[in-house]
Parts: sequence; C-alpha cells; structure tokens
Amino acid sequence: MTGLYSPPPKTGSGSAQAAMTGPYSPPPQTGSGSAQAAMTAMVAAPLLDVRDLALQFHTRDGVATVLNGVSYHLDPAEVLAVLGESGSGKSVTAHAIMGILDTPPARITGGEILYQGQDLLRMPESARRRFRGREIGMIFQDALSALNPVFSVGFQIAEAVRLGEGTSRADARKRAVELMDLVRIPGARQRVGEYPHQFSGGMRQRIMIAMALAQRPKVLIADEPTTALDVTVQAQIMDLLAELRRDLGMAMILITHDLGVVADVADRIVVMYAGRIVEQADVYQLYRTPGHPYTRGLLASVPRLNGKGAPLATIPGLPPSLTKIPTGCPFHPRCPYARDVCRSTVPPRVPLGIGRYSACHFAREVADGRRG
Amino acid sequence: MVAAAEPLIRVENLVKHFGTTGGGTGRGRSRHGRAGRHPGAIRAVDGVSFELYRGETLGVVGESGCGKSTLAKLLMLAERPTAGRAYLEGRDMLKMSGAELRRLRRRVQMVMQDPYTSLNPRMTVGDIVGEPYEIHPDAAPRGDRRRLVQQLLEYVGLNPEHINRYPHQFSGGQRQRVGIARALALRPEVIICDEPVSALDVSIQAQVINLLERLQAEFGLSYIFIAHDLSVVRHISDRVAVMYLGKFVEVGTEAQIYARPTHPYTQALLSAVPVPDPDARAWRDIIRLEGDVPSPADPPSGCRFRTRCWRPRERCATEEPPLAMRAADPHPSACHFAELRHGASRW
Repeated sequence: MTGLYSPPPKTGSGSAQAAMTGPYSPPPQTGSGSAQAAMTAMVAAPLLDVRDLALQFHTRDGVATVLNGVSYHLDPAEVLAVLGESGSGKSVTAHAIMGILDTPPARITGGEILYQGQDLLRMPESARRRFRGREIGMIFQDALSALNPVFSVGFQIAEAVRLGEGTSRADARKRAVELMDLVRIPGARQRVGEYPHQFSGGMRQRIMIAMALAQRPKVLIADEPTTALDVTVQAQIMDLLAELRRDLGMAMILITHDLGVVADVADRIVVMYAGRIVEQADVYQLYRTPGHPYTRGLLASVPRLNGKGAPLATIPGLPPSLTKIPTGCPFHPRCPYARDVCRSTVPPRVPLGIGRYSACHFAREVADGRRG
Repeated sequence: MVAAAEPLIRVENLVKHFGTTGGGTGRGRSRHGRAGRHPGAIRAVDGVSFELYRGETLGVVGESGCGKSTLAKLLMLAERPTAGRAYLEGRDMLKMSGAELRRLRRRVQMVMQDPYTSLNPRMTVGDIVGEPYEIHPDAAPRGDRRRLVQQLLEYVGLNPEHINRYPHQFSGGQRQRVGIARALALRPEVIICDEPVSALDVSIQAQVINLLERLQAEFGLSYIFIAHDLSVVRHISDRVAVMYLGKFVEVGTEAQIYARPTHPYTQALLSAVPVPDPDARAWRDIIRLEGDVPSPADPPSGCRFRTRCWRPRERCATEEPPLAMRAADPHPSACHFAELRHGASRW
C-alpha cells in the first residue's frame, strides 16, 4: 500500500550510506561542532540531534547544494520551529530525518542524524523502518494529496495502526475510530467508512494527524500543517496540535514560513537560509532582538494586523540559486550589513547567550539593533 | 482615499449561481463534495453591492469558497451574472457590446494569483506583456510597442533587457511583476488583484505589495484587492469588505473593520490571525469557530453565519440580517446584534 502513512521510502538510507563511503569533506563551517556541542551539553541528551547534515541534488543545471552543514537538536516535549522560505532546505531536512528522500536526485554527502544516540543514516532500511511512525511521525501540508482517494479514511488509519506489530484487523479498525475521536472528528464512528474527498480540508488534516499518531510517536514533524487552510480552520488545527502534544508528551518540529504561527506555538526557533541555519534562539529572544540580518529583514517585511503603516521594509533581491550559492555568507548580496569579510568568509556561529547563536560576522551589532 | 462624487464602479445586488447539473464551472461542487446531497444551484455570489472610487483600494477578504474569486470574474465580465447590475461611471457594464465593450475591457484589468500558471510558458516576457496591444491594436502603434513593453518592465522593476526571456527564467516574485506589467499595458483605471501575493514568500511578498502601492500613486489606479490574508489586506486597503458564503457581511474603512468590527464573523477572523509576536500569547483572545463553512448550495436559513456564530440568538435563524448601518459603529454590518467586542482593539 502506498501513500498511506507517508510517502514511501524510495531507497532510503541504503544509498545514502553508499554515498557516504565516498570521500567525505566536512562542510566549511568553522567552529560549528564545538559551539553546538557546548550548547547541547547544557541540556540533557536531546531526543533528536541533526549534526552537520550536508545534502546535494543532482539536477540538469548542475549540483545543487541543498543542505550545507545543518545542525539542530530537539529536546523531549519541546516545540522547535524551523523557519525558512521556499528552497531554504527546511522540508528536505525533515525528509532526511524521516528517511523519505528521493534518492536520486538527493544525495546525503555528510553528517549524522542521531535519534536517542543512534545514527539513523548508518542503519539498514529494515532497522530504520522501526523508527518511522513508531518513534517519529510526520504530517504534510497537502493532506488531500497525501491521502489515498480510493480507500476509506478508516482503512488508511487502521493500516497505519497495523504497521505496528500484532494488531488484528478488527482491533486496528477500533483503534482508527479512537484516533478519529482523539483528533476530534465529529461522528467518528459514522464517518470511519467515508473517503477523503468527503471531508473538508481541516478534517483531512485531522485524519493525517490521526495516522501520524497511530503508533504513538515521541516526535511529530509537522511540515506546513496549516498553510493550505483558512485562518479559522488553522486556529482549530494549531489548537489540536498543541493539546495533543501536551497530552501525549510529544516533541514537535514545526516547519513553516509563517512568522505568526511560529510566534504562537514555538519554544525555540532555527532560521534557515540557502541550506544553512543562520540563527538559533529562544522564541522570545528571536522576535525581540533578532541576531541575523535575514531574520531581522523577515520580521520587518511582515504586514501587521495592528496598523496600516508605511511601505513595508523589504529584503532586496532574491534568494540565491542553490547551484550558484554566493561565496562567504550566502546572504551577503541581500544584506545591509555586508562588508568585505562577508564576501570571502563563511561566518562562524557567534554565540549570543545560552542556546543562542547567529551565523553572522556582525551578529552582536545586529542583535544590539544597530543599523547596517 | 480620494472620494470623488461619482464612483468609478458601482455594483448593485450582483448574483451568480452555478447550476449543479451542466452549465457553470462546477467548481463549487468538488470543494465540499456534498453537492450531490443538496440539489439546487451553487450560490457563489448572492447579492453583493459596493462602490469603488477613483484612486482607492477596496479590499475583499474571506475564506475559501466565500465567492471572492467569482466576484472578480464577474467584474472582469468573464462570467455572466445571474442577476444584478454593474456600472462603470454610470454606464451599465453588462449591457455593453462592440466597441464600447472593448473600451471597457481596456479600463479594467486583472492580476492573478498564481504566477506559475497564469503566464504562457511558450511566450517570451515581451510577447506576454505586449499581448494586450495585439488584442487592442489602437492602444499603441505597432512601431512603439517594443519600447512601451520595455518601459512597462522598467516600471515594475524588471530589467528591460530581459524582454526576450521566458517565464521559467524568472522567480515567482518576478513572474508576478510580469503579470502586473501586462495588466498595466493598456493604462487601465481599475486593476482587480485576485490573491496577487499569496503564492509568494514573505520577503518577496513585501516587494510586490510596495510595487502595487507605488504604481497606484503614480498612475492613480483603483484596486479591488481580493485576498485571504487579513494583514496584507489591511496594509494595502482604504476600505475593506468581509465576505462570507456569497455575501458581504461587513464593509468599512480599514480602521473601522480592523479596530471597530461589529460583525461576529469579522471579529472571529481577526482574532484567529496569528500575531508575529510571542508576547501576544499573554493577551490574545481567540474566538474559536466550530466546524466548517456550510455548502453554498444550501446556505443556512436567516443569517448564513449563524451555524458557526459564537453568539447566535433565535432571531438569527428566521430573519436574514441586512447589510445596514448599526448603532454600535457607523459602518454597515449584516448582524442583528452588531456590537463592538470588548478589548478588541488590541489586535
């Protein structure tokens, strides 16, 4: 059965492993390891720890460097937001964690993904399968295309349940109804036999959530879970996710471009730009004193509900093509702070407090609110 | 807002019903997938009236399926209304034909949502932006067209030397600029923008919004700006109409709608918009609407919003509230019990 729980793994870690037996050059991220290590040492062992992940896409236009030394960790029961615009690599990182990358064109060229200390990337697919769904569940933006139109939702949820071991068909069916109740689909018992097209967008996303929760994962990755939904329905789904997370004690990675949604639910944020993490901070710090010019630009360019205001601040130019990432800091062509050093040298992670850094040569100036 | 005495566009009681068997686009059916159970027409637009003045921006906000895009198509005369009137400077747009209709089409242009599908991939940007001149040859002499197209590209912030490039060579934001240049080619007075920035990333969205505002100031354009993003609409609009199930439920100036809304739907919509400030967690008071929007083929009796309303009363089920001035605040609101929400000005 395809398209049931999540896009099926095309080849998974097998080829990723093969890729990594080749010459592995560490990404040119100066001092990254030590800063990260110091920070993660502050807290208990993270549940999930992505370390220096590097990934390329082989395209007709050449090799695209999609991830270039991405590191972040997730602690038990926290909400980590991964914020970024299209092409920043935020979803690809999640797909790498789940082991659902299309390989080719994707090729992991370095790094590790530790789940409770075990490297998912160096595991045979058979072992990895036990993590997918049972330890880490995922929901996607477009629930309609992630659900199979020709099977009832009850069947699809039950199948997600049966991926775990030793559940009979009848029990799985019963559990499907329970899960539909859990995600507050009204009349679950009556609607368990209906098909995806008979549900509204918000209800379909609830069905996706039910499937992701079928095996009680410890981590839920939500990739733009409300982007396709209207604002009143978005509020319903975000409420549901917050409640479930609290009740079930899950940790969550929320992938989004929406600065409003992030401000609402995240504990911690990493900001991605052109395949790198440019800033990591606590949610309050990030909105009060952004430490990277890109974060600062993003916050300034959002129209606010509480006033009409002057023309919006903009970030000039466009994100770079991933086949031609600028030298030095990838953000320098659009950055008001850029100086010569930015063109020549990849910025180190400048610590700005406990658990907080900005990958900018002028991080302290930016965080202090000085103009570029 | 430059409120001239006579409105540029006046719309009276515009209605568009799509039949559920044959006819229409059938679009309203698939969304809820329940049309089969509700015989009767999809009432996409069900009695909308408004005025648009020269140089102003009228924002139209609403959730998917509320009829806002159908309204755009009616105004573009791309769909024939089931009933109602629409006037351009007092002349009935729906009765125009021949030369007069062609002149009308030059005055009202459109920018669409999806810059990836609204540009023909086989045409160069120059051909796309210049195509309006092929359709309206009298708008510009043939010899001038290339120069005009280059000028248009410059207006919208694109490199005029890229006139021979194809859409795929541009980013999403740049493609939207191409769409805007095309809309400007005939020097229209009104541009209908249907979700013009919702497909764009935040940093690019701000660039396009600023561009639209600059062009409006430069050319004295009027915009009808249709979007679901309430923050974007507030930023660009002088007046705002809130639409629900085919009807306007509240209309007012940007300040009236956002700071002093009286309709429970507007209040709920505004309360649900995520605020890009974590400190807002302390004071936000979200009104949680239950359930989904009912099918436009079978709207509820009385007030259409009553099935999701957070303060419904008996009268709402029997009597449809007209869009009329209310005591709570001097702007039209379609609620029998229109009232300001205490503390609501905080968003």
